[in-house]
Amino acid sequence: MTNDTMTKGMSRIDGRLKVTGAARYSAEFTPAGMVYAVLVGSTITKGTIRSIDTKAAEKAPGVLAVITHINSPKIAGYQVEPGKQEPAKGTYKLFYNNKILFNGQPIAVVIANTFERAQYAASLVKAQYNAETYQTKLADNTAKAFAPEGDGKKTRGIADAWKTAPVKLEQEYIIPSESHSPMELHAIIAKWDAPDKLTVWTKTQGVQDTQDGIANIFKLPKANIQVNSKFVGGAFGSALQVWPHEVAAILAAQVVKRPVKLVLGRADMFTSVGYRPNTWQKIGIGATTDGKLVGITHEAAGQTSTYEDFNEDPVGVSRSTYACPNVNTVYKISPLDIGSPTWMRGPGEATGAFALESALDELAYALNIDPIELRIINNAETDPDSGKPFSSKYLKEAYKLGADSIGWSDRKAKPASLSKNGWLVGYGMGVGMFGAYRDKASAKAIMMANGTLIIQTAVSDIGPGTGTAMVTIASDIMGIPADRIRFDMGDSSLPQAPSQGGSSTTATVGSAVYQACTDLKESFQKLIGNGGTDKPDYVEVLKKNDLPKLEVTAAVSGGPEMEKYAMYSWSVHFIKVLVHPATGVVKVDKAVCVADSGHIVSPKTARSQIVGGAIGGIGMALMEEVIIDHRYGRLVNNSFADYHLPVNADIPQIEALFVNKPDPYLNPMGAKGMGEIALIGMAAAVANAVFNATGKRIRELPITPDKLVGMEDLLES
Amino acid sequence: MEDEKDYALPGFDTEAKDNSRRNFLKQSTLLTAVALTPGTAIKAADMRLDEKIAEAFEKMPIKLEVNGVAHSLSVEPRATLLDILREQLDLTGTKKGCDHGQCGACTVHIDGHRVNSCLTLGVMASGKKITTIEGLAKGDELHPMQEAFLKHDGFQCGYCTPGQIMSAVACIREGHANSEMEIREYMSGNICRCGAYPNIVNAIQEVKEGAQAV
Repeated sequence: MTNDTMTKGMSRIDGRLKVTGAARYSAEFTPAGMVYAVLVGSTITKGTIRSIDTKAAEKAPGVLAVITHINSPKIAGYQVEPGKQEPAKGTYKLFYNNKILFNGQPIAVVIANTFERAQYAASLVKAQYNAETYQTKLADNTAKAFAPEGDGKKTRGIADAWKTAPVKLEQEYIIPSESHSPMELHAIIAKWDAPDKLTVWTKTQGVQDTQDGIANIFKLPKANIQVNSKFVGGAFGSALQVWPHEVAAILAAQVVKRPVKLVLGRADMFTSVGYRPNTWQKIGIGATTDGKLVGITHEAAGQTSTYEDFNEDPVGVSRSTYACPNVNTVYKISPLDIGSPTWMRGPGEATGAFALESALDELAYALNIDPIELRIINNAETDPDSGKPFSSKYLKEAYKLGADSIGWSDRKAKPASLSKNGWLVGYGMGVGMFGAYRDKASAKAIMMANGTLIIQTAVSDIGPGTGTAMVTIASDIMGIPADRIRFDMGDSSLPQAPSQGGSSTTATVGSAVYQACTDLKESFQKLIGNGGTDKPDYVEVLKKNDLPKLEVTAAVSGGPEMEKYAMYSWSVHFIKVLVHPATGVVKVDKAVCVADSGHIVSPKTARSQIVGGAIGGIGMALMEEVIIDHRYGRLVNNSFADYHLPVNADIPQIEALFVNKPDPYLNPMGAKGMGEIALIGMAAAVANAVFNATGKRIRELPITPDKLVGMEDLLES
Repeated sequence: MEDEKDYALPGFDTEAKDNSRRNFLKQSTLLTAVALTPGTAIKAADMRLDEKIAEAFEKMPIKLEVNGVAHSLSVEPRATLLDILREQLDLTGTKKGCDHGQCGACTVHIDGHRVNSCLTLGVMASGKKITTIEGLAKGDELHPMQEAFLKHDGFQCGYCTPGQIMSAVACIREGHANSEMEIREYMSGNICRCGAYPNIVNAIQEVKEGAQAV
């Protein structure tokens, strides 16, 4: 699909609201009497609060209250039942005691009648601490790593079989912590409607999961909590749980008896809403001289916090991506005195694929086999991990599409042998895979007397264009134009839908919309009688039957096919880089991303989703790195000036290609997910292209110029 | 619960504060009384008069013309134009992404130039003409840049979009949209985490090459 055909596709249904500034995000509502809350963060990394002085803040103009662990109302869900022990680990409990578990941990919340006053007063809160020694460096703490599940080991065939292969290598790969950094700051407005009834506008990927989360923390009936999140300004995994700042705002609203708005500062976005964890990996890989994989050993140790075990299984990719008879994986996590990590786009797989796809590339050079050819030789025809057939897999077609588009035939097998205008030129590729899932969901379809179709479901849209995809599905089934369809979402009172995550929304919620519309159309056909017609005149039928509207709610879930087949989406990323030999600057000159995502429901938004994920992957490869000053256990680059992520000047035109063949089993639309695979495998594709350009293999991300500088000799030789 | 009026935000007061000088004098007198007589001071504290006095002292009158509408406001000198637009005028189309001038989500036009409103104090903008994303369309008729963003899908989540569009319009007006490379360079102050950059560039190029005035 070319750029031209994409622009002719259906534009986003909420696009007009977004380009006019009329779309309201969580911080943009004004319930009467609303006041402002600002958090105060800990300035030490580990220890206890000895004393906390809030007097000056309390006296500051406009301040309504200052809440700390000393005066915080008891939060019902935090309390340990009498006779039971405090659990060793669990979700962080705000203002629960005087313990400091990480730098920047909220120690107080200040509420005032304007934002400026709250922010100023927050600066007046002073704490005295008893500091303790802490650990924030993963590299020094891998010995403490433990398995989050069982012994953390999984073996297929013979362990460490790669060592017996004629061609083999073993290398370590490291990714730093990365920040989701969505453009919208995490924000919440909390409003108590009655002592046991709450409304929140909050940034969340799932209004009903947030409803559950708040119900558990505050021990309220779920039905008494209304969660609104109609527009979400990006999240990438950072809005999949109820965070401490949300608890703080709800608590504050309870204390001051007014609606409270709390917007995190950009610096807090780096410490308070998770991150992709710093992870060390080691891969041993071996093959026969003709390229058949003999064995893969993939070890990983990632960071977690001291209070929660974060498990994202980065080694899973090595068990399922290629046909390899002997695979053993080891995954451990190491607790550090830093806030908990969380899911970030392509969680686990993005980390694992950097190591696996880099190792495959290294093996290809060692074997002197083209990297695509090596992958085709080892293409898995059935899922090597479960032995089940794939529901669909068109990876080989994806290789061909991408190779043709990037001009793979121009690539030189010998590294550092191409240059252009004083820049070294290289080509690389990498594969991404992610499970294709289908969860439970419900949708209501209502045909109104005026011919407007209303679709309702409690899903969120963090950006991919969920509403647009859902309206496309409804339009196809009902045979009515998209502009006659209204899609209601982001409201916890609507029919059940899961959080937007794991690339499963279209498969899951789309199936519910598909079913609701199919049932609704059938209801009309029954009213018409004689089998109805394929194109009912809905307005006419309602009028004839004297009905103000007709509505159907459908609840769907994955069926037995989920057990029968291994279901994955696949992607292949192709990259052409230019590397400046003297400065080590890497420029992505061309990027082609091919997705095997089943049938593409909404081509225009799908293309943008792939392009956006690719850009996230380029950021991961070349610039993104959360840096901690281990002398203080504190982040040093917690701003957009210092945490580098791609800007417009870093990014060329990116081609998104789709195999566009339906998956026959996952859902009636034939769609598979694409949010994660858009990013997974990209970092390795860039690293592999850099190697092809320079002969330098960078195994620790990001690939910054300091790791490449001083290659002038390459051009002269 | 106190009545609504008591905790209405100062910025939401609709009546113009052109009598602020009189208030100031009245409150100065009161302040003197507070300083001299303990009994009055206690009574004043009970009525939270200290806070009300401080509020008057801390504020400045400003006049802003936003999207053609004149506003007379009383603002704290430390209040940014961004927060005034969002919190006092309820013009939430202008977004807060970093509050440090590093992301461009808060871009507005001040006297025709693109500016980060988070780095602009309200008092600095007094007397100036401000255009926000809400003022770009002519009624129902979208600005060509808004149309182009829709057509080229120049966004996903939409949060950086108002800033991108305001910046894009200025980019063309400044004469910095003569090539794809130049657009990319001059649009690099507006971060888009969803990664809509190529689509944004395509949208700007189309508007630049189109016949419509920006």
